Amino acid sequence: MKRRIFVPRDAGAIAVGADRAAAAIAEAAKRATIEIEVVRTGSRGLYWLEPLVEVQTPNGRVAYGPIKPEDVPGLFACGFLDGARHARAQGNTDSIPSLRRQTRLTFARCGVTNPLSLDDYCAYGGYKGLTRALTLAPQKIVDEVARSGLRGRGGAGFPTGIKWRTTAEAKGENKYIVCNADEGDSGTFADRMLMEGDPFLLIEGMTIAALAVGASKGVIYCRSEYPHAIATMRAAITTAREANLLGARVADATFAFDIDLIAGAGSYVCGEETALLESVEGKRGQVRAKPPLPAHAGLFGKPTVVNNVLTFAAAAWIMAEGADEYNALGYGRSRGTMPIQLAGNLKHPGLFETPFGITLGELIDDVGGGAASGRPVRAVQAGGPLGGYFPRSLFDTPYDYEAFTKRDGLIGHGGLVAFDNTVDMAKQARFAMEFCALESCGKCTPCRIGSVRGVEVIDRIVKGENREANVTLLKDLCETLKWGSLCALGGFTPYPVMSALTHFPQDFGLAPELAKV
Amino acid sequence: MAHKTNWNEEVAKTIVAAQHDRGLLAVLAALNEAFGHLHKDAIGLAAKALNLSRAEVHGVASFYHDFREQPPGRHVLRLCGAEACQSMGGDELAVQATRELGIGFGETTPDEAITLERVYCLGLCACAPAALFDGEPHARLDQNAISSLIAEARK
Repeated sequence: MKRRIFVPRDAGAIAVGADRAAAAIAEAAKRATIEIEVVRTGSRGLYWLEPLVEVQTPNGRVAYGPIKPEDVPGLFACGFLDGARHARAQGNTDSIPSLRRQTRLTFARCGVTNPLSLDDYCAYGGYKGLTRALTLAPQKIVDEVARSGLRGRGGAGFPTGIKWRTTAEAKGENKYIVCNADEGDSGTFADRMLMEGDPFLLIEGMTIAALAVGASKGVIYCRSEYPHAIATMRAAITTAREANLLGARVADATFAFDIDLIAGAGSYVCGEETALLESVEGKRGQVRAKPPLPAHAGLFGKPTVVNNVLTFAAAAWIMAEGADEYNALGYGRSRGTMPIQLAGNLKHPGLFETPFGITLGELIDDVGGGAASGRPVRAVQAGGPLGGYFPRSLFDTPYDYEAFTKRDGLIGHGGLVAFDNTVDMAKQARFAMEFCALESCGKCTPCRIGSVRGVEVIDRIVKGENREANVTLLKDLCETLKWGSLCALGGFTPYPVMSALTHFPQDFGLAPELAKV
Repeated sequence: MAHKTNWNEEVAKTIVAAQHDRGLLAVLAALNEAFGHLHKDAIGLAAKALNLSRAEVHGVASFYHDFREQPPGRHVLRLCGAEACQSMGGDELAVQATRELGIGFGETTPDEAITLERVYCLGLCACAPAALFDGEPHARLDQNAISSLIAEARK
């Protein structure tokens, strides 16, 4: 009997040696004349265990990780093909505590199936959502998504149902479905994992959106820093076309919908939806003023749905399993699950999909296991480079859009970056301004020039030059950025700066040097 | 590797024709990929094909970080400088790389072996610090890993 072994092909796993591990396994099997099939999957998201190798046994999959090529002979010797014990054995994959604690809706298939096998996708519930959507009137699809309470997972948290309804009701022949896969926030990688690990789910979600609003063309705008995601996504699009799941004859030729993938070119601000549209149109990624909303006049001036990868993926799940199932999970006005990404200085970094409501402290100390360095975690940046730094005293904040906003932060695209107590928060605040200066599209003066001035002011504060006056100036500058910028780049850069200043004044030389944490 | 391909107008025209329908960004990206940078003649070629002014194309070309004005070295090391990598010692690795190579970010070593670039997030934040070396992802980097990548480039 041919034994099946699963090794991720996720870029994060490859980056720590998954390809070498897969090659060593194939080589060892050949030498021992054992027939095996190495299936390359997405990642389970347990990155501290990557490369995580799984073996199919009669009792389910058994996991081993992290596996280096030099571990492979030992694995074969101990009988890992039968799920034997080994120093790196993690037991049954499904019972790994960090996986068992999750509620995997969006990421149900990721790490389980061969991402480019349409058969795998369908065998694990794929295209169930589209099949159901095809039996409903477009209006009913929109209603279903609205009833689920799904909010945009890109960061803004805008109700998806309202966005789809506005686009559906907008007048215009050619409508577009645009997927924002320009996942530029540091600490986020869920879009990348999904595109590399379950690409048909994104295609299905976008197709459902097309059906709901009456669009025939879709665009995935994926950042160029994700070469593996781009390759996987393009291969999946080709496969879907061949199966008439995209193209002129979708669903027994009842409607037409096709997707093109456009790669970005290294601009962070193109993750802002209107800059993204400009970029797809082949222009400088400069932010547009709203209104008009993209739902009324988006790509090439046509009504356009712009949603994040995770939003489309969740919509496909909602169509398959029902809005009520999704809405039953969550906290306050944040419904369903969030694929939270734990990153930076943590023992157990990775993807953790869970209903809203878990506290920041549980995520960092419990799920994340505390700092990888063994030191105490001192600050967590939530929501990417435009998100606030949370001190330990705010670790009781529930993971919820409104709760984070109330504490001058944001959940954004779901990234959390942990820093241990060696972090210099004045340096982090300076970096936020520096990054804003580097990535500003240049349209709004507060963002374009204020960010440069911000770096200088922080430098003066740290040097102790006229400290009090410069702190007042920095606060004033942040107010100007916040209210005088068109988009979140200028508007939210004050979050990391002000949170660092407010919660860690001693790092700016403002309070007597306190014992850190 | 493969970054060092000399400018060839015929090849460039074929690339422009193939990407034409997908817009200027796709045209420029394909030219930048094929020749490692946007050759000065690439701007005119793209402008003509898409019926744009050279100024418009230059405006787009200069906006995006990916598009290089100069050809890179034989190898390209793109080191992540974003927060997740900072939290795991990425800044120290950046200092080490610039010191070992004797160049700054955006520069190429005099022997043209390696171009060092800054990138902000590769989505490898759960295995920080991370880099792309000739397009291949490398993560959980430490000082030894940086040194061996540099040694490999200099071979």
